[in-house]
Amino acid sequence: MPLLSLAIWLPILAGVLLLAFGRDDRAPAVRWAALIASIASFLVTVPVVTGFDNTTAAMQFVERHAWIGRFNVWYQLGVDGISLWFVPLTAFITVIVVVSAWQVITERVNQYMGAFLILSGLLIGVFCALDGLLFYVFFEATLIPMYLIIGVWGGPRRVYAAFKFFLYTLAGSLLMLVALIYLYYKSGGSFDILVWHRLPLPIDAQVLLFFAFFFAFAVKVPMWPVHTWLPDAHVEAPTGGSVVLAAIMLKLGAYGFIRFSLPIAPDASHRWAWLMIALSLIAVVYIGLVAMVQRDMKKLVAYSSIAHMGFVTLGFFTFNPLATTGGLVQMIAHGFVSGAMFLCIGVLYDRVHSREISAYGGVVNTMPRFAALAVFFAMANVGLPGTAGFVGEWMVILGTVKLNFWIAAIAASTLIWGAAYTLWMVKRVYFGAPANDDVRGLVDVDRREFAMLGVLAVIVIAMGVYPKPVTDSMQVSVAELLRHVAQPKLAP
Amino acid sequence: MNWLAVTPIIVLLVLAGVVALADLWVRDPARLLTYNLTQGSLGIVGVLQLWFFSEGMTHYAMQRMVVADPMSHLLGLFATLAMMVTLVYARPYAASRDILRGELFTLSMFSLLGILVMIGANNFLTVYLGLELMSLSLYALVAMRRDDIAATEAAMKYFVLGALASGFLLYGLSMMYGATGSLELSEVYKAIGTGQINKAVLILGTVFIVAGLAFKLGAVPFHMWVPDVYQGAPTAMTLLVGGAPKLAAFAISIRLLVESMSGLAVDWQQMLIVLSVASMLLGNLAAIAQTNIKRMLAYSTIAQVGFMLLGLVPGVVSGNTVSAGNAYSSAMFYVVTDVLTTLGTFGVIMLISRAGHEAEMIDDFRGLARRSPWFAGVMAVFMFSLAGIPPTVGFYAKFAVLQALVTTNVAGLIWLAVAAVLLSLLGAYYYLRVVKVMYFDEPVDIHPVVGGLDVRVLLSLNGAAVLLLGILPGGLMQLCAQAVVRMFAT
Repeated sequence: MPLLSLAIWLPILAGVLLLAFGRDDRAPAVRWAALIASIASFLVTVPVVTGFDNTTAAMQFVERHAWIGRFNVWYQLGVDGISLWFVPLTAFITVIVVVSAWQVITERVNQYMGAFLILSGLLIGVFCALDGLLFYVFFEATLIPMYLIIGVWGGPRRVYAAFKFFLYTLAGSLLMLVALIYLYYKSGGSFDILVWHRLPLPIDAQVLLFFAFFFAFAVKVPMWPVHTWLPDAHVEAPTGGSVVLAAIMLKLGAYGFIRFSLPIAPDASHRWAWLMIALSLIAVVYIGLVAMVQRDMKKLVAYSSIAHMGFVTLGFFTFNPLATTGGLVQMIAHGFVSGAMFLCIGVLYDRVHSREISAYGGVVNTMPRFAALAVFFAMANVGLPGTAGFVGEWMVILGTVKLNFWIAAIAASTLIWGAAYTLWMVKRVYFGAPANDDVRGLVDVDRREFAMLGVLAVIVIAMGVYPKPVTDSMQVSVAELLRHVAQPKLAP
Repeated sequence: MNWLAVTPIIVLLVLAGVVALADLWVRDPARLLTYNLTQGSLGIVGVLQLWFFSEGMTHYAMQRMVVADPMSHLLGLFATLAMMVTLVYARPYAASRDILRGELFTLSMFSLLGILVMIGANNFLTVYLGLELMSLSLYALVAMRRDDIAATEAAMKYFVLGALASGFLLYGLSMMYGATGSLELSEVYKAIGTGQINKAVLILGTVFIVAGLAFKLGAVPFHMWVPDVYQGAPTAMTLLVGGAPKLAAFAISIRLLVESMSGLAVDWQQMLIVLSVASMLLGNLAAIAQTNIKRMLAYSTIAQVGFMLLGLVPGVVSGNTVSAGNAYSSAMFYVVTDVLTTLGTFGVIMLISRAGHEAEMIDDFRGLARRSPWFAGVMAVFMFSLAGIPPTVGFYAKFAVLQALVTTNVAGLIWLAVAAVLLSLLGAYYYLRVVKVMYFDEPVDIHPVVGGLDVRVLLSLNGAAVLLLGILPGGLMQLCAQAVVRMFAT
């Protein structure tokens, strides 16, 4: 069975059908249809994880069909230990997003659900594509639904945020398109990413390619100083949009680094690793400090996402198996934790219609069950041992110590910054006496919201306590990647 | 003499005459008979083109004045289809504006005749004859709404500047004739190849020919007529000017520059680079400032033409023509898909327009996603395609041209590709703005969108084609490549 194709096209098809046939006067049916479609799409990805062979670094579940014969482009899919977990993660987050929108979105429900289902399929396509052009098509196509999601269902400055999001990311990826075509030429007419991995290239070509990829992926991650679109996009996007943005879309950039930059231009990657490490550390420290002074909860979590993604890029560019695996684990953990954080903000926003920290205070008094979950996710965001947030950060720090103690020390300072901005927000929002009538009138989470947050909490604990299944499946692929990256592949 | 080769042209000429005569007896204000006869005739011509294309032969006819090769059949087929689609979109629009007269159909058929003559030209004179036949029909069509000041002004501008362009082209052609002693494309090619000809005359002739072509294509700095004509002409006529004729302009560019003057490629490629970068820069920048959607699309066309011209640049690299087939077929794919998208875009504009209301301003599209989610979606597909975002066909058009540049492995051309993508980023802004207006804004006009079944079905098909060709572009790419490769084979 072509499982990966199914995982990509099932949600897209469902989304298109919803767009074509759904109407607002049939909103309940649309919601149920979307839920069933998203759960079915998630179930399809389960056999990919259970049937995955941990002992090989080769691509698995490979599908290969001729697509554009004239340019030797193939519809080629496959997953290895690096991309495996993003497939179920994306499908799962989509289920959560559908549930989170259940009562909140009342207008153009079919378009909202359809956009997220299509987006989910496209994102899975990015992680599975083994053909450069196919990757690019999926990578770019994700912009369209996200642009519409931010612009149609977003906040007051949604138009500005939507344009900034689209044009920023497009600017980065257009250079990547030229780089992909150049690789096509250099490899003698192939768009196969695995062929590109083996392709020897002179150092100046590698450096140019490295920077073309850098602009595309650094914008997406986002890395300092091209991160400014993210806080705007997060603040204006509807809750579901923020969740997908933080949980999945940011991962596209980091995934691009590990799938393209490192193996295709390993020598340039080594030469410019200092820049990547420096930018990552700036993200960890400086953005962490920026997060601390935010008044808007969503902005705070957005900046915290940038800081956490700094850990991922740091892990990748230390060229060390522990740190690289740690970066990957961090990507997945951050997907769950940041998604949950944004959902929590959504829960509050739906009731009070404010994201300002100062509009809250003492929420724990009126919403005890919700506050327990929210504080738990905040702890996970800080990196409390026993939660998913801890595992990745710990591995990255340990790996980095081997490279350079001081880099590791600066990176480890995130435990201070992260704790400072997260816990300070928790204190101001959740603890103390109820601050105003809005808070006094709050109603605790209903069963739908509790279930949605509860499932995420269980996963966050499970990953924190027993991350072995995840790390095991990555190990061989990461080792193979680093072995490949360690060897120079310069061409005269 | 091979009559078979010119069958589609002769059939079209005869049928156009029949339609013109038959219309004299039509009393019906809806002109249903004329319309059906026209579409039927175009259908016959289209089928003939398809049949000849599938045979894949090359014939010369009329003392080698006319050539019938796969490229002429393929482009002719697309031009015929484009004309049929244009007339479907135009009919209700014209009917509600009292310009649904017999001349609309007859002149459209004659302009198509001119297009087919240009596409099949193998002689300087044939090129010129076809060009004039097409242009004169179009001038009259633009002026058809004679009590409308904007339309009349547009027609005057179009005529004066168009005549100037024809003059340039004719002057250039006459220099070529003077220098090489032949009017036939392949003879001119051979004469240039001997290297015995005075280079100064050839270069001067090239300059005038390129300027004439740039005028017809609407490339900067010969673009002045485009925004005024697009905006001033009734939308149906804008589509007649901006649709099928683009294919003809592309065809004569190939016939003149490649088939007869590829010996001078080094010179005209330099000129095209300047024209193309200037077009992309000015077109994209000026489009941002527009509030009128037709004028915006005019500047967008200028930018698109600039991008298409890039495809003609890497044909001959340091005297080597290995990449020629790749380059020219990319440009051909670009122009064909651009026409497909342009048809749909103007189709939507005409659909939104009502009697007494021209949907000309971008603001007229406010909240279209609420008034008609379906056609807002269709229009969004066209906009994303023009912006070159996958998965629409516009992306592959840009991709094809970019790969033609990059695979030459000439540093200058690779940087040209980088410049082109950065300039197309500018373009993304104003296409996105149309999507923004349709989706993010509240409607001010709450009239439901109504249209005939034929228009709605065809527009939906048009949108589906842009999307489906964006998912499976291989077939059309292959057809363009075949047509161009066969052209070189003879």
